Amino acid sequence: MITRGFQSRRPRTESKRVPPGQYVATAFPVLSAGHTPQTPLDAWTFALEAEDGSKIAEWGWDEFRALGPTDVTVDIHCVTRWSKLDTDWRGISVDRIFAAAGLQEPPAPFVMAFCDGGYTTNLPVEDLQEGKALVAWEYDGEALAPEHGGPARLLVPHLYFWKSAKWVRGLRFMDDNEPGFWEVNGYHSYGDPWQEQRYDGD
Amino acid sequence: MTKAPRPSVWQPATVVSTRDETPRVKTIQLAARDWPGHLAGQHADVRLVAEDGYRAERSYSIASPPGESPLELTVERLEDGEVSPFLTDHLQPGDTVQLRGPIGGHFVWPPSDVSRPLLLVGGGSGIVPLACMLRHRRLSRVDVPAALLYSVRTREDVIYRQELEALARGDAQFHLRITLTRDSAPGWSGAVGRIDLRAVRHILEELGEGADSFVCGSARFVESASALLVQAGLPPQSIRTERFGPT
Repeated sequence: MITRGFQSRRPRTESKRVPPGQYVATAFPVLSAGHTPQTPLDAWTFALEAEDGSKIAEWGWDEFRALGPTDVTVDIHCVTRWSKLDTDWRGISVDRIFAAAGLQEPPAPFVMAFCDGGYTTNLPVEDLQEGKALVAWEYDGEALAPEHGGPARLLVPHLYFWKSAKWVRGLRFMDDNEPGFWEVNGYHSYGDPWQEQRYDGD
Repeated sequence: MTKAPRPSVWQPATVVSTRDETPRVKTIQLAARDWPGHLAGQHADVRLVAEDGYRAERSYSIASPPGESPLELTVERLEDGEVSPFLTDHLQPGDTVQLRGPIGGHFVWPPSDVSRPLLLVGGGSGIVPLACMLRHRRLSRVDVPAALLYSVRTREDVIYRQELEALARGDAQFHLRITLTRDSAPGWSGAVGRIDLRAVRHILEELGEGADSFVCGSARFVESASALLVQAGLPPQSIRTERFGPT
């Protein structure tokens, strides 16, 4: 159904890189549900955990960054409808994290990313493998700011950006695909921007 | 944890009326036949479709309290926006938009425990979901103490001013503090300058212990206001935020 008199006001030249319903932002907006946590680096760790919460591996800040960083340039898409093209990040690929923990195969098909501030988000493990995801601490050549998820956030650019959990502190393996914080609050369990999987039921 | 209900599918909604709140802000009344109801603090998605099939969608906070119809959205005109200038400048009664929702299960009041005081901190059009909570509190006769710290640029930017001032006059349990950040217009007897720690501490003394806080506004506003609440001693888990717009 058409809304009388409405016309596009934006150029559509970049449409192949911009998922449906998104617009290109030049700023870097913020989506968070609460106060921004401030974690000192000497207290920061990143952990891989089994479903029962037991630690498979854990690294401190310097150890983690020494695992061998990767630089990527990717487009990111927020469920609130902004997309940002060609964003630069540095972090450790999840492949490398698994390898450093001695995991030949992931022990379960899903993970819950857990974060400072109590946030969680659920992801299929295969969406983190083969170079598809990083744990990133640099954005655009600078230390990642706390409001954007610093010290480190997950970066899973092929899914809506809430899946790129801010203030991430680890991944817990899960046999079942339990919903995380945003997913319990009505957002889609998977979040593919090209399918417009914004909300539960999309 | 219970899961939030699924947002409904897109449905046509007819504009019943529009009214000016400020020179840049309008409230749009919409009639939607199958609106499933909402909680105070949730938002709705609006979709506009052009004749050539182009579509644009944005989320807007719901202003009208749960159970009241028509549904009201209060929209701020963003100068370089694609959707908000159309909604505020062109939309007429009788026009149709697509609507779905409600959306969001975190920034909602009341929470499961309704006995706690309510602290609302809003910047600019961040007032909208907070006013929805105040309206719901009034209509549902929940008599927990409530306070609103509301920061706007100038006096003419104050949204819902008469309603808020009337509520403050008629409800001894409600504390209102509007602060102007850009000027102190002639005749303005309220506060000026940004919300500071003193204002937060003062209002917390009025409210009593254990408040639930809701902070809404631009990303920059929410960042600094929520930091003030933590500085004033509120536990971070008791602070819920909603941010909008570019940083």
